[in-house]
Amino acid sequence: MKATKGEKIFYIVNTLFLIFLTLLIIYPVVYVISASLSANDAVATGKVVLLPKKTTLTAYKYVFSDKGIWRAYGNSIYYTVVGTLVCILVTICGAYPLSKPDLPGKGIILKFVVFSMWFGAGMIPVYLNFVDLHLVGTRSAIIFGFAVDTFNFILLRNFFMSVPRSLEEAAVVDGANQFHILTKIYIPLSTSAIATVGLFYAVAKWNGYLWSMILLKKEHLLPLQVVIKDMILKLKLDGQQYKDVSASELPKETIIYSSIVVSALPMMLLYPFIQKYFVKGIMVGAVKG
Amino acid sequence: MSNITNTKKQNKTSNRLKDKLSKYAILYIMLIPFLAYYILFVYKPMTGLAIAFQNYSPYLGIKGSPWVGLKHFKAFLTNPYFGRTLKNTVVLNLYQLLFAFPAPIIFALLINEVRQLKLKKTIQTLTYMPYFISTVVVAGIVINLLSPSHGVITMIVEKFTGERIYFLTQPKYFRTIFTTMTIWKNIGYNSVVYLAALASVDMQLYEAAVVDGANKFKQIWHITIPGIMPTIIIMLILKIGAILSSATDTILLLYQEATYEVADTIGTYVYRLGIEQHNYSFAAAVGLFNSIIALIMVWISNTISKKVTEVGLW
Repeated sequence: MKATKGEKIFYIVNTLFLIFLTLLIIYPVVYVISASLSANDAVATGKVVLLPKKTTLTAYKYVFSDKGIWRAYGNSIYYTVVGTLVCILVTICGAYPLSKPDLPGKGIILKFVVFSMWFGAGMIPVYLNFVDLHLVGTRSAIIFGFAVDTFNFILLRNFFMSVPRSLEEAAVVDGANQFHILTKIYIPLSTSAIATVGLFYAVAKWNGYLWSMILLKKEHLLPLQVVIKDMILKLKLDGQQYKDVSASELPKETIIYSSIVVSALPMMLLYPFIQKYFVKGIMVGAVKG
Repeated sequence: MSNITNTKKQNKTSNRLKDKLSKYAILYIMLIPFLAYYILFVYKPMTGLAIAFQNYSPYLGIKGSPWVGLKHFKAFLTNPYFGRTLKNTVVLNLYQLLFAFPAPIIFALLINEVRQLKLKKTIQTLTYMPYFISTVVVAGIVINLLSPSHGVITMIVEKFTGERIYFLTQPKYFRTIFTTMTIWKNIGYNSVVYLAALASVDMQLYEAAVVDGANKFKQIWHITIPGIMPTIIIMLILKIGAILSSATDTILLLYQEATYEVADTIGTYVYRLGIEQHNYSFAAAVGLFNSIIALIMVWISNTISKKVTEVGLW
């Protein structure tokens, strides 16, 4: 196909526009990184616009000397790693049996599960349920209380259903039981699907704050997001009397920026590698969900 | 010879039966933790909805608390918060529908026209990034960029207008801020679905169109957009069905008392009532009201879509 003159102009304008849009989209992130590396007075007086001014690591020194941040980091890693493992295990426990077309009772169970996508008890009954189960203020609330995301379950089940039945039948003839079939055939064949689901869970666990804030309550259990949230909201309140801000000695603004960078860093480093799984995940979900 | 095959067959059938039993047994055992989760953490709370019809007190429990019928629902429907929170919830979602919904579609259409593959990939990778940033951090960035003391956007606006505005305390800016933030966070990621749909549009249609002398815009209008229409419609049903959902976690971070009049949604109202003020029964009633209307909305949008386009969620 030969492009006409009009089309050529369209391509150029379109490409330039998209480049501009992309720069606009990443600008806030670049700004936050630059601000976190700048001297506080440069940030507070609005001198930092794109690149760091009076580059310094002071803010990071404050952040890393804060024991609370380290503890919160450890908590976040714990909830993400253990939580994701539990989520994957429990989701497989549902997705695998329910991927069998001939399992008696499958239809009812599926309806029971999918209904929860359209109707939920709501925040307050869910919260009181955690109170009732004596899980408020425990790590278990976060680890077990959100063990299955129905969308992820559907995704994994769809994938299991696409594994050719002939493989399983051959294994059954060789005397394999369902547990062997799962661990020797389905799981090895579904590593990319399991990775996708695992990453969906992991990103949600690392980034979530609302239920951690509601349920954990004790300071030593809080994940990073809740701690950062408290810092940011403090700033929001301070901002209302913003004339006094410069009076404080601490590099307040840059500390917040560097905390933001520190908390988002793991995702920022990982996402270029994991995004392809996400893309794959949405496709499977979009095609069959 | 035939005898041997016969006994073999018999053995096989009895084995099969045994296999089937043991197969199901293992599968049902596997289902236990999965179903336990749904029963304990999804359906058991639904029985807790009973408190919406009670004056629930944590000391008395559901069994001991007095029943009050529809008192809380009536109280909600007649109180000034009802109109305000319902309107805010719907309006914020309409903003989403009008601006945040088409944005990734247009974005995908434009990316689809980029010829250089490397550039295309780079644009995609970079624009996915905000999706992986947590709500807390995104809100933190917004609060800081709009900060009255040092926010870079505040400074830029000040340069042009000579006015230093504290955007987050002014109700008239809240919806724009919230919508812009949602678009920023999701545009790249949400475009993925449409890009996938675009990739599956039949190339022969374009070739035929070129032969017929259709230009780029005609091609997009007559081939590309109809090609991705089913995907757009499914996404639209989901969006319309969710018109009563509140991005509670996001709004809680961005709103403040000064902006409650436009920012307070049903979700944030329930949070304040229940979690902060321990007014459990009333909060549960408000939540239940919201869930029921939301369920009806999903059902209606799905039914209409099925009638009109034969595309539905179920």
